[in-house]
Amino acid sequence: MAAAEKQPVTITWAGPLNGAMGGLLTWIDQRFPLMDLWYSHLAKYHAPKNFNFWYYFGSLALFVLVLQIVTGIFLTMNYKPDAAQAFASVEYIMREVPWGWWIRYMHSTGASFFFICVYLHMFRGLLYGSYRKPRELLWIVGMLIFLCLMAEAFFGYLLPWGQMSYWGAQVIVNLFGAIPFIGPDLAIWIRGDYVVSDATLNRFFAFHVIAVPLVLLALVGAHLLALHEVGSNNPDGVEIKNAKDPKTGIPLDSVPFHPYYTVKDTFGVAVFLIIFSIVVFFAPEMGGYFLEANNFIAADPLKTPLHIAPVWYFTPYYSILRAITENFMWVLAAGVIAMAILIVWSVKNLRVRFAIGVLALLLLWGCYYFEPKVWGVVLMGVSVMIFFFLPWLDRSPVKSIRYKGPITRIALALFLIAFFVLGYLGTQAVTSGRTLAAQIGTAVYFLFFFLMPWWSKMDKCKPEPRRVTGK
Amino acid sequence: MNDDAGVNRGRRTLVIASACAGGAAAVATAVPFAASMLPSDRAKAMGAPVEADISQLAPGEMATFEWRGQPVWVLHRTPEMLEGVKSDDGKVADPKSERKKDELTPEYARNEYRSIEPKYLVVVGICTHLGCSPQARLKAGPEAFASDWAGGFYCPCHGSLFDLAGRVYKNKPAPDNLRVPPHTFLSEGKILIGEDKKGA
Repeated sequence: MAAAEKQPVTITWAGPLNGAMGGLLTWIDQRFPLMDLWYSHLAKYHAPKNFNFWYYFGSLALFVLVLQIVTGIFLTMNYKPDAAQAFASVEYIMREVPWGWWIRYMHSTGASFFFICVYLHMFRGLLYGSYRKPRELLWIVGMLIFLCLMAEAFFGYLLPWGQMSYWGAQVIVNLFGAIPFIGPDLAIWIRGDYVVSDATLNRFFAFHVIAVPLVLLALVGAHLLALHEVGSNNPDGVEIKNAKDPKTGIPLDSVPFHPYYTVKDTFGVAVFLIIFSIVVFFAPEMGGYFLEANNFIAADPLKTPLHIAPVWYFTPYYSILRAITENFMWVLAAGVIAMAILIVWSVKNLRVRFAIGVLALLLLWGCYYFEPKVWGVVLMGVSVMIFFFLPWLDRSPVKSIRYKGPITRIALALFLIAFFVLGYLGTQAVTSGRTLAAQIGTAVYFLFFFLMPWWSKMDKCKPEPRRVTGK
Repeated sequence: MNDDAGVNRGRRTLVIASACAGGAAAVATAVPFAASMLPSDRAKAMGAPVEADISQLAPGEMATFEWRGQPVWVLHRTPEMLEGVKSDDGKVADPKSERKKDELTPEYARNEYRSIEPKYLVVVGICTHLGCSPQARLKAGPEAFASDWAGGFYCPCHGSLFDLAGRVYKNKPAPDNLRVPPHTFLSEGKILIGEDKKGA
């Protein structure tokens, strides 16, 4: 319908101004698809009626994103991306800029809360199978957002130019240096220098304040568009579109997003802000987990702090990186062989069998040829990237944990324990006992994903209900 | 509906050709942007050699100098320390410094002690794993990371251990020995870090 032919907008909520407001909206609507957007994404976006607690974290993550952008803009007004001035400019913000401490603590606390929300949001997906068909792309876009978020957190962490900033960046950039053949040159290209220096700080600032946020915003837009195209999943994991009102075509088990979930999410934001404020005002460093003590010392390129650890949200992957030592390589090789046998045994297609055989031989050769350091970096990368493949690894006949059997519950519990244990170990200094624990955790972490196609299929599931239960 | 009906073949070919040319130009445009992220001429010029005064360095002491923004350690080893280095051969991964020798160990340091003069160890104090700077734990004795510690360097980031010749212990994340930078003795008590003596 051409914009100018659109029906006038009638409204009833503005009392005596109904006529004037309606006129204004009509004028806009004939030039811009305002009402279309309002209806398709809010007032007539029909979401399942049985959303529970876990469904707060998507909107909360969006809220934190806005918070980070706003506080970030105000921080750039006083921050100086210069190795000689960066540390002092952050202290200046903290001590001399009116309310600077508040804005800075909101930004630093916001980073941790962003990850809390996103991890819980992802766990919701894991619980209710939200990544399953037809939501694979929705999940993949979400994973891309997660990667962007990790990049954003990493670049931002260098900016205060403290000891942890400096040595954290040194270690992570050197991860790229471990890539065979091109690694060392790639690391120099990323740093723009032979060591982490002013050039590195300056470009990380550019990435942190403009490049990554732009990509992040575009991906969040794509995530919402994909969500509104396929519709939300729900705690029962059954499609609400299967039972529609024959007259209106609206799913019977749905409610319009506005006002039902806008009100629910606003309540969520209020509770969130209470918890967030407690941290910002009373524990912004969170015992060294949100802001590390060593980062209150200016960067010293000649001296690594006694104990270095990434911020909590990176520690599980960091533990995996540290767990891969020379004496763990045989476990890796055994894992490759076992996986190859398992796949060859389960797949009848000869070509696939042959390809798996060749791949396994290549990997075994690689285990022997490349240093454990390379494999540490590879496995750390795989530990994050593996989430992309969840839609195809999970072969259960049902989506939601409510109808899955004991194997899934045990596997998920073991995975969670491994994730937390690895996360804890990543904050601690290395000892031989802790390395062994991290190696066991690493094995459990990967077994959860690599064996998922088998255990998810074997599990004794209950039948899904035809419609959502409303529980 | 047949999409091919009425297509001007010549025009289609031109569209494809110009799209390819435009695409190639767009890719070529990325080159200067990517190249602008390489080290600048100024950063490249910062690699000048540094002179280090070690005349005051007593046996058993270590000093740190900055070269190319990295720490370079000079350790004055005692005879006992040198004995320790000899007995470490079984514990270290690459006792004879054979791995990546062109990059890590200049010709004049390819010996048991990895040094020109046995008593002076000169190494870049950056772990070959992921680039942290290890800590000097020069005294032998039990440590949290090794109960029978013979003295050496401990990397706090990922637990790699190096002996007093900068050689990496077996079964540690670091793959290689610490780098011996190009260096030369100028006179008694003076080292030039960053340059070999030509023809030495």
